Amino acid sequence: MRDNGQPIISIDHVSMRFNLAKEKHESLKEYFIALLHGGVRFDEFFALSDVSLDIMPGDFYGLIGLNGSGKSTLLKIISGVYKPSSGKVTVRGTIAPLIELGAGFDMDLTARENIYLNGTVLGYTPKYIDSKFEDIVEFSELRDFLDVPLKNYSSGMVARLAFAVATMTKPDILIADEILSVGDFLFQQKCEKRMAELMSGGTTVILVSHSIEQIERMCNKVAWLDHGHLRRNGPTAEVTTEYRHFEKKDSIPADRETSN
Amino acid sequence: MQTIKNYFAGFWRYRYLLQNLITRDFKLKYRRSVLGVAWSILNPLLTCLVMFLVFDAIVRGLRGEGIPNFAAFLLIGQLLFNFFRESTSMAMESVLKNAPLLRKVYIPKYIFPMEKVCFALVNCLFSFIALIIVLVITRTPVTFATAWMALYPLIMLFFFGLGIGLILSALYVFVRDIMHIWEVFCTLLSYASAIFYDPDMMVESVQRLIHINPLYWYITAFRSCVIWGEGLTVSMLVVCFFCAALSMVLGIVVFKKNQDKFVLYM
Repeated sequence: MRDNGQPIISIDHVSMRFNLAKEKHESLKEYFIALLHGGVRFDEFFALSDVSLDIMPGDFYGLIGLNGSGKSTLLKIISGVYKPSSGKVTVRGTIAPLIELGAGFDMDLTARENIYLNGTVLGYTPKYIDSKFEDIVEFSELRDFLDVPLKNYSSGMVARLAFAVATMTKPDILIADEILSVGDFLFQQKCEKRMAELMSGGTTVILVSHSIEQIERMCNKVAWLDHGHLRRNGPTAEVTTEYRHFEKKDSIPADRETSN
Repeated sequence: MQTIKNYFAGFWRYRYLLQNLITRDFKLKYRRSVLGVAWSILNPLLTCLVMFLVFDAIVRGLRGEGIPNFAAFLLIGQLLFNFFRESTSMAMESVLKNAPLLRKVYIPKYIFPMEKVCFALVNCLFSFIALIIVLVITRTPVTFATAWMALYPLIMLFFFGLGIGLILSALYVFVRDIMHIWEVFCTLLSYASAIFYDPDMMVESVQRLIHINPLYWYITAFRSCVIWGEGLTVSMLVVCFFCAALSMVLGIVVFKKNQDKFVLYM
């Protein structure tokens, strides 16, 4: 799989269209009232328009762009949460998604119970989690709090646990959405180290970050999204230099469509 | 064919998640209660006692004379109906309730309604202990040769509830009114399911109405096996299976058609 020069993720002319929630009809009554008032209107907004990108095995890809440029949407399409409105994404390998840490946690359960729950959310077997349990506890440094319900944890502690669970395995692809902004600086260093370790084991990483320094330090390639358009894509230094000189007035407006 | 195979492979991969979610629900349901799991048995027992007192003592005329082993008759109707009500109403909310998770990680979405129906089944199985207690106390004769056949209507009811749960959970994402409508509809259904009366005592037109209610068939088939010692008739076999199959097919079609849109509405 790694030898034949095939990209591990191919993003092929992907667009993602959202109905803007100007009028969201959550009950029949609201819907019918809207119908009587001259039809239900849909304002369509393209979070991504015609994005094509190939990610090769072993790449450390950075995604940059202003708020609302479609970075998270792209990550969610890659990890299978969203289905693109058009275009196709092919993923050749297993994905460990780190999109907002602790998504699968239940705050009423203890850390021990959550490790198993979240592990199975990611599709691992209990036996496998058993074998990784010590590593997780070790990495998260939460041994003394294993049997405390998560609602009594600080947000940094939750993040530590979640990062440890998500990286318990060696996935082919690791998707990280601004996760490194949580936790203290020592833990951030630890996370970066773990990600570098995974990379040396052949894992492909996609990282979203607002810290250009961090991107420059860690990534070998960068894709720059601007209102859903792929603006630049290539080796880190080239893209980030241009990104630093970017001004708001230069940005490409997002595609829109209005229909009745 | 290949997609069906993929579907099962996906399900197999997430079987532990299903198991973990059921355990979680069970733990959280009884956390901080002194009697804990005992409530699974006590609750139907006490509810049944209340209903028994009401229907046996106060309005005896309404249910008609001559239902033998009324306590067991009542409890079976009550337990099975509760199983159905619980599984469908919990399944309905399950997809939306797990929105935070579904927005971030890919999980087959049907896991959630399925988990709720399984959880309701576990609860129902626990409450069968209450049924056994009532059968013993009231010295209701149980024919073991037919009693095991009660598994058939129970399993079919599981699939009937699962199919409807899938439909409701999909609709609920788009239109929240469904919850209120379903609640009222369930109340209506409970009176039409012959839980506390003998349907044969009713006027013909009412009887016909009761007979088109699938729940009546599941409950009656179960009673027939456990307390009447008559086993299953052909029409029971057919109706129980047909309703379950129809509900599952509709459920899968509706759910599959809409599941990609869920994330956009949550």
